[in-house]
Amino acid sequence: MNVRMDRPTMPEIWAWLDQVPDPEIPAISLVDLGVIRDLKWQEETLQVTVTPTYSGCPATSVINMEIERALRKNGVQNVQIKRQISPPWTTDWLSDKGRASLLAYGIAPPQPAGGPENCPRCGGTDLERVSQFGSTPCKAQWRCRDCLEPFDYFKCI
Amino acid sequence: MDPAFEFLCRMGDNTLVLGHRVSEWCGHSPVLEEDIALANTALDLIGQTQLWLGLAAEVEGAGRDADALAMTRDAWDFRNVLLVELPNGDFGRTMMRQCLFDAWHDLVLAELRDSTDDRIAAIADKTSREVAYHLERSRDTVIGLGDGTEESHARMQAALDRLYPYVGELFETDAVDAALAEAGIAPDPGNLRDAYDARITGIMAEATLTIPDSRFAHKGGRDGVRHTEHLGHLLTEMQWLQRAYPGATW
Repeated sequence: MNVRMDRPTMPEIWAWLDQVPDPEIPAISLVDLGVIRDLKWQEETLQVTVTPTYSGCPATSVINMEIERALRKNGVQNVQIKRQISPPWTTDWLSDKGRASLLAYGIAPPQPAGGPENCPRCGGTDLERVSQFGSTPCKAQWRCRDCLEPFDYFKCI
Repeated sequence: MDPAFEFLCRMGDNTLVLGHRVSEWCGHSPVLEEDIALANTALDLIGQTQLWLGLAAEVEGAGRDADALAMTRDAWDFRNVLLVELPNGDFGRTMMRQCLFDAWHDLVLAELRDSTDDRIAAIADKTSREVAYHLERSRDTVIGLGDGTEESHARMQAALDRLYPYVGELFETDAVDAALAEAGIAPDPGNLRDAYDARITGIMAEATLTIPDSRFAHKGGRDGVRHTEHLGHLLTEMQWLQRAYPGATW
């Protein structure tokens, strides 16, 4: 653990948090996911404002734990997590880096049209929906009719 | 009785009891995709319950939290409509119940987004996105099965005939609703009926199903006066752990 006397800068803290993978989709960071809305010092305590994705997502409590752990590891001892549900989380908050990482990982990123543009494996455009829900609350199941492979689609919300 | 507490329990108990019912399908659905879809829907509903009952507990100010409300109240203190506590039946009946509920849930949340209580508006704004997705799926499934094979059509018609008498309770209005409507906190449920009927008429027409003529409505859930015998059995299972080991954590 690092012990330092000066207060880390905000860009430093954001960079640390950008190293924390999403517990369910480790290809992207919590910063990429857009759930960390604000960082603020209140005297000696760092207040982290977090907006949960889906109301019932089991990853929410793990996300809070991972944030605390990453900050403690970097010497920030006093951390307070503040839950903020308004404005509600939207996939518009996914970073461009996050969208690219999802695609590289094999998950089609969300599109306003409500379905994937391309198959993340072969780039095909002849796609069909298998199920509106998938392995986590934020994903749906699709299949590519070109390469015949099923794939995850990150739902647009 | 605080009308706000009562109203928040109605919202939270609807999502809690339906969420529990839907979760009973986990591992039993006809195909894997439907199993996952139902489990995800249940998860959303239980998550929404934490928001509604969390706020109910805060408004009550008696030191209880969402867990205490969900796990230590008995049947007579629950304020969900009877529709959501009914047993699942077959997959078709489960999806019919979901569609009848989602069509109402989506309408009421749209109104609640403009609530004069910011906390209620925030919960409605967040959960309405999830519920719009639930409705899309339950509507498509009801249409697919209704306008499906002879067997699936007959089962969906039987489901609609059985469940429709439980729809009317969603639009009941009492003193609690009047007080909240007056304050601009929540809509008068009766005012949602026309929009609901338009929706359901459209869905059932596409599903080639016939809506029963009778508007007879079973009541007694949202005011807690007379729940069905099914709620107690549901609570026995859902609350078992917290009743046997109060305050257990792991």
